[in-house]
Amino acid sequence: MSEAAVKKVTETTPEEVARIKDWINSEEYKEKNLARQHLVVNPAHACQPLGAQLVAHGFEGTLPFVHGSQGCASYYRSSLNRHFREPAPAVSDAMTEDGAVFGGQNNLHEGLENALALYHPKMMAVFTSCMPEVIGDDLNAFIQNARNEGIVPKDFPIPYANTPSFNGSHVQGYDAMLKAILQYLSEGKKVEGQDSGRLNLIPGFDTCTGNYREYARMLKAFGIPCTVLADISESFDSPLDGTYHPYPGGTPLAEAAEVLNAKATISLQALATKETVKWLSASTEAPVEVLKMPIGVNNTDALLMKVSELFGKEVPAELKAERGRAVDSMTDAHQYMHNKKFAIYGDPDWLIGMTSFLLEMGARPHHILCSRVHKKFSKEIQKVLDSSPYGADCNIWLNKDLWHLRSLVATDPVDALIGNTHGKTIARDLDIPLIRVGYPIMDRVNIHRYPIVGYQGTINLVTWIVNSLLDQVDATCEDRNFEMMR
Amino acid sequence: MEKTDKNNPVEEMTKEKTQTLVEKTLELYPEKARKKREPHMSANDPDDAGCAIRSNRKTVPGVMSARGCAYAGAKGVVWGPIRDMVHVSHGPVGCGYYSWGTRRNLVEGTMGVDVFSGMQFTSDFQERDIVYGGDKNLEVLCREAKELFPLAKGISVLSECPVGLIGDDINAVAKQSSEELDMPVIPCNCEGFRGVSQSLGHHISNDTIRDYVIGTREFAEPIGEYDVAIIGDYNIGGDAWASKKVLEEIGLNVKAVWTGDGQIEHIAATHQVKLNLIHCYRSMNYMAKIMEEKYGVPHMEFNFFGPTKIAESLRAIAARFDEKIQKKAEEVIARHNVEMQKVIDEYRPRLEGKRVLIFVGGLRPRHTIGAYEDLGMKVVASGYEFAHTDDYDKTYPEMDKGTLIFDDASEIELEKWVEEFRPDLVASGVKEKYVFQKAGVPFRQMHSWDYSGPYHAYDGFPIFARDMDMAINSPTWKLVKSPF
Repeated sequence: MSEAAVKKVTETTPEEVARIKDWINSEEYKEKNLARQHLVVNPAHACQPLGAQLVAHGFEGTLPFVHGSQGCASYYRSSLNRHFREPAPAVSDAMTEDGAVFGGQNNLHEGLENALALYHPKMMAVFTSCMPEVIGDDLNAFIQNARNEGIVPKDFPIPYANTPSFNGSHVQGYDAMLKAILQYLSEGKKVEGQDSGRLNLIPGFDTCTGNYREYARMLKAFGIPCTVLADISESFDSPLDGTYHPYPGGTPLAEAAEVLNAKATISLQALATKETVKWLSASTEAPVEVLKMPIGVNNTDALLMKVSELFGKEVPAELKAERGRAVDSMTDAHQYMHNKKFAIYGDPDWLIGMTSFLLEMGARPHHILCSRVHKKFSKEIQKVLDSSPYGADCNIWLNKDLWHLRSLVATDPVDALIGNTHGKTIARDLDIPLIRVGYPIMDRVNIHRYPIVGYQGTINLVTWIVNSLLDQVDATCEDRNFEMMR
Repeated sequence: MEKTDKNNPVEEMTKEKTQTLVEKTLELYPEKARKKREPHMSANDPDDAGCAIRSNRKTVPGVMSARGCAYAGAKGVVWGPIRDMVHVSHGPVGCGYYSWGTRRNLVEGTMGVDVFSGMQFTSDFQERDIVYGGDKNLEVLCREAKELFPLAKGISVLSECPVGLIGDDINAVAKQSSEELDMPVIPCNCEGFRGVSQSLGHHISNDTIRDYVIGTREFAEPIGEYDVAIIGDYNIGGDAWASKKVLEEIGLNVKAVWTGDGQIEHIAATHQVKLNLIHCYRSMNYMAKIMEEKYGVPHMEFNFFGPTKIAESLRAIAARFDEKIQKKAEEVIARHNVEMQKVIDEYRPRLEGKRVLIFVGGLRPRHTIGAYEDLGMKVVASGYEFAHTDDYDKTYPEMDKGTLIFDDASEIELEKWVEEFRPDLVASGVKEKYVFQKAGVPFRQMHSWDYSGPYHAYDGFPIFARDMDMAINSPTWKLVKSPF
């Protein structure tokens, strides 16, 4: 190339920036943006192994084990660290280029041996990242070989799940790992005709430790023995007392092993437990019920009534009183949310619960956005919208991302966003509040400790949403409209 | 701010004691892993190059390493901070998702309009892409990026694991798209399974800059005798802004920053500057050397952590220029040292003698030592996630005799050492943070500055000092032991 051919450094002018800044808020831009085929911008979903790792942390003494490149494990771990501000111990078998040629068995075997010796787990939950999925590693054979060769004891629990990142999202990874662990632990444990009197409760991909504690509290009020599968409440909300415990909680393995002898199972996230529920239903005669995530009063009522029906116990008076307090808080606050429009984005099961709650408040879930979900989901959520006049003219956006959402909100505005931290750029650009719920929340503290489920969770949601809207009023209203009372 | 004698060991620390600790640590491992880990940790002797830590080797499977991958080094470190490009994480959604906004590379501009670093672009591979390949869709994706982000000055395509495994040819797509769209479309074959850590990702990225970027632009204005570039400052929490400010105070013109708050066309014209100043040697030495060999641009390392190292560095930088710059450098040092002394006077009494264990990436385990020493603190152990031999060679003289130096530590090793040394501060990453805080040990994340910063240069040191004091002396530590 001759000297003269080298181009000069150019600078973008402020006028051009101003023009594009306006343009990206336009209808024209929205149309172009929605027509995107292959570029995904600011997605609202993560990949399968993250969900698998979350499940693994939810079992007693369990070390999550990533079969694949080490970078993957570092990413899942740090993602969980940032959301919970808690440790997330997990290992990987650090596959590298030679793994592509020879397969990952040597790495897996060496990894199992080392992890067992160093971190003394009671169980290792193996799941895969991309590399072994692309090259087609046979985990079943690899783990069997490890046992046969004495690398791990014959009876040491090593459930495994295939969790390819190029299929579905963290929600499917959750399901795959949960099913694998339960299948493994319950193998040969089913006793015909036995009823342990327990309830299996499956919260789903839920990264709010407060929700798990809330479920436990409600069931304790009933006096019903309950096994939460997989229980991350202690794993990701452990005390700071001067001693580090790598496995501070989780569902006891012995309890999980009895999953097929329970009186009943309730799953609170249909899509996140699809395969697990299918397997449970086929493996036990006990009822396996799938309910909506209990966000809002109606969904909580449904859960409590289902529990009451399954166990033949009245809903305890204290929960009934709580219900009244939730309704009181909603009624006190209804005027601030009535007819307000919201954009909500995130995981499918959570969106169903949130939609239902907003409708109870007379608010409008105007844009509902979900990425990586089957189009049948549209019908599910439409059913919820159709149950209320406030659900009319709401928009469901499936397999769209947060850059789509930005265009949608810019051209068809809402009063607030509800979703994870990643929505904060939309909130700032368009000057609307973001109420942080979901995963990940990595820019605020302690939110994961407060439940959004049950009646108590309903009160929390009302509080956060309404106070955010009022903060916005106080921060932006004209001086002459600035008042003491709101 | 006096120079410290490195042969003056930290109280109670001897080579023998530390070596015994190393042996005890290794006993935790099964035999095969023990042999592999053994050369990666040693007691330091600043006079003895023989302590030669082994580095840049494969991570031992199953040990809980803190390391990332080549993609992390390419997207997270080198490419991601370049503000005016669309950086496509090419492959499944996760890699880009988990690294989205987590390196804190701040940028000037309007997000989504003329800068894009805080966004996450991905091809979000599905099963069909694995089966049929992702090349065709990548072509469309590049067109869509150009259409929706017309002020973007280029696209980088950062390959994730599946791309290399299924045999896609992103280089051909990039070439074709680059011609069609009349902008740089840069293929970076940084699949996570390549190499042993982030480090190869840095190298691969440097090579792509060499092959596709450098020399493709020239600065619009004539080159002056004081024109320099900062190489290896990623503007974490505003670091590059702080560094640039000081260099401009001494009379230099910073024409480009690689790559914090970086602009691709400025980076492309960097072969024209008079001197390259390299901060993060590990991630950018490759291109500094290439610019020296190919374009005759000399480079030098510098260290902007803490007033002692800043002053040393400014004098060394100024020595490359004329008396005018040297005089200004002295004035700048003298002026700032008044402020820096106030910072030291405030914090040193609370931090004097406090012990630090450092475990970070490829630069800070040696570069931050001086800043701790300015505050009267002692580094008792220091290690890197992904350094090479040359990094360790530069580290031995910075550390006291009998301190511990280590490479690619596993979590169990760190726990063991923290238990033994009882440091007053662990300076490491987010995966380690909560482990040690649960154990009651004060901690600062030293990859991300724990959401604070800048820590570089004179703007950074007061914040660094405040943060270390805050971590160690927070009243919450007094509450850890319950009275009942």
